Amino acid sequence: MNITFLVQNTFNGIMLGGLYALIAVGYTMVYGILRLINFAHGDVMMMGVYFAFYFAVLTKSNVVIAFIVAVLGAALLGFLIDNVAYKPLRNAPRISALITAIGVSFFLESFAVVVFGAIPKPFTSIFKSQTLLMKVLNVGGARIPVLTFLVIGITAVIFVFLFLIVYKTKIGMAMRAISADIPTTSLMGVNVNFVISFTFALGSALAAASGLMWSMRYPNVFPYMGFMPGMKAFIAAVFGGIGSIPGAMLGGLLLGLIEIFIPAYFQSMMMYRDALAFIILIVILLVKPSGLLGKKAVEKV
Amino acid sequence: MDRRLSTKTKVILTLLVIIVVAFLLHLADKHMDAYKLRILNLIAIYGIMALSLNLINGITGIFSLGHAGFILIGAYTAALLTLSPEQKEMSFIIQPIVPWLAHLHTNFLFATLAGGLLAAFAAFLVGWPVLRLSGDYLAIASLGFAEVIRVVALNAISITNGPLGLKAIPEYTNVWWAYGWLLVTLLFIGSLVSSSYGRALKAIREDRIAAEEMGINVFKHQLLSFVVGGFFAGVSGSLYAHWLTTIDPRLTTLGPMLTFYILIMIVLGGLGSISGSLIGAALFAILVEWLRNLEEPFKLFGVIQTNGLPKGSRILVISAIFVAIMIFWQRGIMGRNEITWDNLYRWFSRLRRGEKNG
Repeated sequence: MNITFLVQNTFNGIMLGGLYALIAVGYTMVYGILRLINFAHGDVMMMGVYFAFYFAVLTKSNVVIAFIVAVLGAALLGFLIDNVAYKPLRNAPRISALITAIGVSFFLESFAVVVFGAIPKPFTSIFKSQTLLMKVLNVGGARIPVLTFLVIGITAVIFVFLFLIVYKTKIGMAMRAISADIPTTSLMGVNVNFVISFTFALGSALAAASGLMWSMRYPNVFPYMGFMPGMKAFIAAVFGGIGSIPGAMLGGLLLGLIEIFIPAYFQSMMMYRDALAFIILIVILLVKPSGLLGKKAVEKV
Repeated sequence: MDRRLSTKTKVILTLLVIIVVAFLLHLADKHMDAYKLRILNLIAIYGIMALSLNLINGITGIFSLGHAGFILIGAYTAALLTLSPEQKEMSFIIQPIVPWLAHLHTNFLFATLAGGLLAAFAAFLVGWPVLRLSGDYLAIASLGFAEVIRVVALNAISITNGPLGLKAIPEYTNVWWAYGWLLVTLLFIGSLVSSSYGRALKAIREDRIAAEEMGINVFKHQLLSFVVGGFFAGVSGSLYAHWLTTIDPRLTTLGPMLTFYILIMIVLGGLGSISGSLIGAALFAILVEWLRNLEEPFKLFGVIQTNGLPKGSRILVISAIFVAIMIFWQRGIMGRNEITWDNLYRWFSRLRRGEKNG
């Protein structure tokens, strides 16, 4: 295979992987604390994209403002979902919380159908000039859209901020403490419920950011758009080791690269691209259930 | 004091109920209008779907979300077998149908059985890797596999007609087929649950490790439950296809949405209760139809004239109800209880004694 092909696909893979990683972080943080698969996470991403789209269309404002509003709106949505749906079930069996999460996901999707409409919308129509989106750079013969660099750059910056929050601030310390032991942390005077809600808000904001960049690359906005990216991001989180933020990043990147490279080299796999992620999930859970970077969990009987 | 009826009485009572229900269905078949009859059939189809998913989720405690995949397999298999060769030739526009399938044609009974068997086989293949996972991982993996099945159906154009789907499927599903299969499902799953196998399944649900210690082969039993559930999912798929008369592999019709609908039914009726599944299915079907009124112009409190809510509102209402049930009323209508003759008898005798005392 020639080198340009390799370079082009590597960039595409890193971009897709970065977007998965951003969503995966939300899953991994919530799962690390509550042992709950937040099924609605992909739908929060979808809602964020709709927020930006409708804000830009209705107020005719700048895209950057719309994006900021969307990210804040998604954070608020995450906060609300936790308080309304998950908080009453903190002490219920885990399966009840999971079913509730499915219900919330279902609710958000139907909400989007009713309020935003079921017909797919072209996301890029909110940009006043299309030049930036269309521009293509020539890197050693490989033609790579500027958008790809932009997305990779923004993703990297967001991750730096995330690490600062989680490892350098007080609330980040509380988040890490809670994921280790909720009752003890609560005895140390930490407002556990607030920290959990904050985690939801943070994860939702990241998912919305990812969704906005996703829609610049794949500009088709519809109520079920969050389903597949959400599932795959969860798989990425499991792949990297659920509960670990670096793991989510690594898992996301690897999943993105695999999803780009395998169909690129084996054309016949193109049709079944979506199946790859699930095969990875099964294999990783059978071979190394704790994931690539996860801590080994001891099951107590 | 434990009162029980003799087996003979129970069998006679059950037969009696079956005869009465059959007579009522006969009356409905004769006198109900076509629309109501369709809803009546849909209740039976939903009933089979809910029963089969409850066997897997509620009784065995495997949280599977892959039901729509098996339903889809049953639907396609049966529809391809009942469509006439001429109709198949007409429908397959993008690519002609594969030759061996073009002239394959059977009656509805064999088509449904074939749909069920193929779905059961798919459940066996999917169950083999998926059942080695546990809890939430299993949920995601099974949901994923159902989605993969759907994607395959979208892409295997020479077999499934791809995104165009199948059209003009004969409307074979009538009251007798729908309720006949419901009876078969009910008898089969009912006797499975009350057999030693069923007790083993419940033991696995309660505590997997303890069940294993008692000498139950957990994997084998889970696979059994998964395959039986898959078979009846396939059967319901066939009935559903011949009820809808069209199949298209969209996300909302035979995709994860359908699994969520069935999940709502069994959660509403009570996870782990067979009679609850039937109640949940009937309530769900009626509720969805009744909420259709929301989307038509209606009068609010008899005074304010509205133009009806936008399309899709009824699903929004249902999902809100679903979340509310999970938060406030997790056990559902039946919890894990069943309506059995013994329970009814005990309930009636308690009622009578209560009257005497009071």
